[in-house]
Amino acid sequence: MNKVCDVIAPEIRQALPDAFDVRRVRSDFPILNQRIRGKCLVYLDSAATSQKPQVVVDAVRRFYMEDCANIHRGVHSLSQRATEHYEQARVKVQHFLHAGESREIVFVRGATEGINLVAQSYGRKHLQAGDEIIISTMEHHSNIVPWQMLCEEKDAVLRVVPINDKGELLIEEYEKLLGPRTRFVSLVHVSNALGTINPVREIIELAHRWNVPVLVDGAQGVPHLNVDVRELDCDFYVFSGHKLYGPTGVGVLYGKASLLEAMPPYQGGGDMISSVTFEKTTYQGLPHKFEAGTPDIAGAIGLGAAIDYLCGIGQEQIAAYERELLAYATEAVSAIPGLRIIGTARTKASVLSFVLDAVHPHDIGTILDEEGIAIRAGHHCAMPLMQRFGVPGTARASLAFYNTKQEIDALVTALHKVKEIFR
Amino acid sequence: MPDLRELYQEVILDHNKSPCNFRKLEGANRVAEGLNPLCGDRVTVYLHMEDDVIQDIGFQGSGCAISKAAASVMTGIVKGKSKAEAQALFERFRCLVTGRGSAGADSSELEEFDAFRGVCEFPARVKCATLAWHTLREALEAKTEAVATE
Repeated sequence: MNKVCDVIAPEIRQALPDAFDVRRVRSDFPILNQRIRGKCLVYLDSAATSQKPQVVVDAVRRFYMEDCANIHRGVHSLSQRATEHYEQARVKVQHFLHAGESREIVFVRGATEGINLVAQSYGRKHLQAGDEIIISTMEHHSNIVPWQMLCEEKDAVLRVVPINDKGELLIEEYEKLLGPRTRFVSLVHVSNALGTINPVREIIELAHRWNVPVLVDGAQGVPHLNVDVRELDCDFYVFSGHKLYGPTGVGVLYGKASLLEAMPPYQGGGDMISSVTFEKTTYQGLPHKFEAGTPDIAGAIGLGAAIDYLCGIGQEQIAAYERELLAYATEAVSAIPGLRIIGTARTKASVLSFVLDAVHPHDIGTILDEEGIAIRAGHHCAMPLMQRFGVPGTARASLAFYNTKQEIDALVTALHKVKEIFR
Repeated sequence: MPDLRELYQEVILDHNKSPCNFRKLEGANRVAEGLNPLCGDRVTVYLHMEDDVIQDIGFQGSGCAISKAAASVMTGIVKGKSKAEAQALFERFRCLVTGRGSAGADSSELEEFDAFRGVCEFPARVKCATLAWHTLREALEAKTEAVATE
């Protein structure tokens, strides 16, 4: 099994980068080999969506060229083949997350839908007026709004764990928020805007002392960390395929079987029923109960291919290389006068958010684009977090294992150009 | 190929650095807030209207150089204009930044518009340039007298 810790020991970190052949990796991603505005593309926006390796594109293509049929329906060969590949993808996700059973893996559209599913199904069933849900200051809007909608409906209360100036959760404040009214905790594994890796295991353990289930938003977690849902003991874990080098339109909700079984369906339709009459419908078991309608079959198969690809390279190798890149980038941009990094947690994934004195992030984004450099500029769907840091937004370079130190150098050069223009 | 210097002209950079009328207008009788939800830019436009004429105008908010400079230039140009005149100016400005026509620099006050001619080469930035103008229109259309916001 491909086992990795969140924090790579320094001796391993030093040993690994040499073994990592970034040039070879880059050749797996045809999209990277292009020019933007006459310059070599430098793609530093993988936290928004990662690029897809050829094997993922091929898997999707192969499905449509050779295997396309609907699943769980036909007796014909194509349908059986499509079903088999789709269910194989589920097993790949199961192993990837180290889940106990494949029926604990529900395919959804993305992390957002996974959270909405849990809020609407588990939340609506269990929440009453005056109950409390805990989230944190660094949540993406997708882990704020579904809970807000639920709280509004149920007259429940949303409690928010504060953070320090480095962008780290204040665990002692979190402990104080937990109490007899707490019904649910939903927290991000890795912050998309700051890069902070949260101590989710500790967070989960503290919640479980109050018998409160925890959802971990792993949209930015799985691309950088080896996630073991059983070791974390999380109750729900969600992620999006497209941030894991897979296709857009598919994502995953992991839930403990005991919880998922007791939850009502989220959407009704075909494929989620075992029998329908106008008087009564009985539902399928897990995971199909939560997969109404024809799913993104090609997307799930593509996601399976992405997982195979990542495991082939080795998550340890990827994590070590990305840490090396992050350290290099952090040092390089820190040397630019007037630049301030937002998000300086002790444990970070390869996300570099920053602001430049007197230059708005949009202007940075536009000028960098002229240099062929793609970054994200804005509030990163985390407006309350931006407010916490007193900035309208940040510029964010998010690094993946296909990025190089030369690309970081290009970023630094371009940032000097930004300063030149805004001098 | 679009040129950054065409976009970030000195006029724009100057207005960004020291915008005109960048203040909350005491005694405003029309206020509107504009928000670009995609990027989080926000601007509040304060108007003092008398007999359908913009007697005074101010703005506050945060945004990129383009949006700030556009707001600054706008406040300078519409001061003393009637509602209809201000709306006609918006139309001309919008044509310019979307590349559907020139500013028609037939009068000296429109010369400042010209600094924004580079925007049309950067479609992603058109919204930045027009945010304050959209907000002004909201303020002009405001049926009731807006309550002063904090």
